[in-house]
Amino acid sequence: MAALTRRDLLALAGRAGALALAGSAAAAVRAAAADDPILAGRPLVRYPEKTDLILLTSRPPQLETPMTYFDRAITPNEAFFVRYHVFPIPTSVDLATWRLKVHGRVDRPLELSMDDLRTKFPPARVVAVNQCSGNSRGRFAPRVLGGQWGDGAMGNAEWVGARLRDVLTLAGVKTGAVQVTFDGLDKPAFPTVPDFVKSLDVARIMDDPDVLVAYQMNGRSLPMLNGFPARLIVPGWYATYWVKNLSEIEVVDSVFEKFWMKPGYRIPDTPCGCVEPGTVPARTVPISRMTVRSFVAAPEPGARVPAGRPLALKGIAFDGGAGIAEVQLSSDGGATWRRVTLGADLGRYSFREWSASWTPPGPGPHRVMVRAINAIGESQGLQPLWNPAGYMRNVVEHVDVVAS
Amino acid sequence: MRPVVVAVAALLTAALAGSTAAQDKQITLPPDHEYGRLQDGPGQDTAQTQCQSCHSTDYIVRQPPGEARQWEAVVTKMIKVFGAPISETDTRAITDYLARTYGRPR
Repeated sequence: MAALTRRDLLALAGRAGALALAGSAAAAVRAAAADDPILAGRPLVRYPEKTDLILLTSRPPQLETPMTYFDRAITPNEAFFVRYHVFPIPTSVDLATWRLKVHGRVDRPLELSMDDLRTKFPPARVVAVNQCSGNSRGRFAPRVLGGQWGDGAMGNAEWVGARLRDVLTLAGVKTGAVQVTFDGLDKPAFPTVPDFVKSLDVARIMDDPDVLVAYQMNGRSLPMLNGFPARLIVPGWYATYWVKNLSEIEVVDSVFEKFWMKPGYRIPDTPCGCVEPGTVPARTVPISRMTVRSFVAAPEPGARVPAGRPLALKGIAFDGGAGIAEVQLSSDGGATWRRVTLGADLGRYSFREWSASWTPPGPGPHRVMVRAINAIGESQGLQPLWNPAGYMRNVVEHVDVVAS
Repeated sequence: MRPVVVAVAALLTAALAGSTAAQDKQITLPPDHEYGRLQDGPGQDTAQTQCQSCHSTDYIVRQPPGEARQWEAVVTKMIKVFGAPISETDTRAITDYLARTYGRPR
């Protein structure tokens, strides 16, 4: 058997990439990983109620969605990313005994069963993006410590549940209440490890009919690893607030500043949430609303494509709730941009699908860049913003292909 | 006889609990993946044992290579913030191991 040259290997890799386009996401990741240093070497694993996802960490589990799933607006439940902070996490829930406790500065403390949640409050629905604050952290330069995510710590689903403000209204929030805290069934094994508890302002909750206690995700119960039996939905805000396996809601009369609110999940108190790369911010505030992002999901990075023939490109765009107004492509390094076709509008908090046709002008490598603009004129920069925790990345993204 | 009794009891429980019984959930998590195992070298045993008593060590192997200072700060955080019960001797051994194995030459 003749030895393979490097050229042969590259050709084989190209063919594998083409096969992956038509085949499973598993094959796609193996092909893509070779030229992505952040994904390279990371195994595909299959967890309960999940399909093959890219492993970041085993315990607590952190699993990343392969980019091939972002050619459509709705992310399937089994492909939705997973991120926990403390261990152990809940592995079983019995709805006969599960209760959502609502207490603190309220007139009537509640212990709601799943039936209560479903029947005592009118069901509300929202399609909303859930994105980890540190999505794409692995791409920061200079690099920063923390979960070295690629771009797959995000997903979009249709959530159905009770409005949080309806729940709080039933409990009766007392005068002087400032914030509401949220705790889930994930409890650290050691008492010294800070429990994962998050907080939101009372006013922010009462003003927003889309903040939900969701018990349904894409028409089904939530996967355990995405928060069964109920999780908080905070449309437009980063996933850190979307507390999973929710068990306790407490109304408090001061600003809650335990570990996961301070010093955890803070951004520089500057208009961009950023500082000069490598420097320390003077003041920080809790992370909140998401910035504008857009991605190319197809073709895959490194795909071999025919020169001079139209190529179909697909992807998604989203922001923190103003809604996507426009998505643009550039194939000349950002000198000129053209609008692409937007898919159905599933609401201002949702992924917006986009599609375009582009013809590689000749043989050789080509780079196609994508950027989105939201309804209030916010967009993405050609230079990445930087902060020490690796949050809120929203630089213009691209895909590199080779035409022949 | 016994399996029948158990089955009937299970059916009764399901019927009493109504529609929600079918939605109870139980999963089994896989063990830590091999890819997160710390590289061999002096101090590996101590680091592997101590670190994995709280979390899988893939948390470590994927971090950007940093100076000894970086790893000192990480180990200090685990002790001071998360309360990891690590002796002074082991702290030194773990920090040295991490800096040597996952560090960047100065």
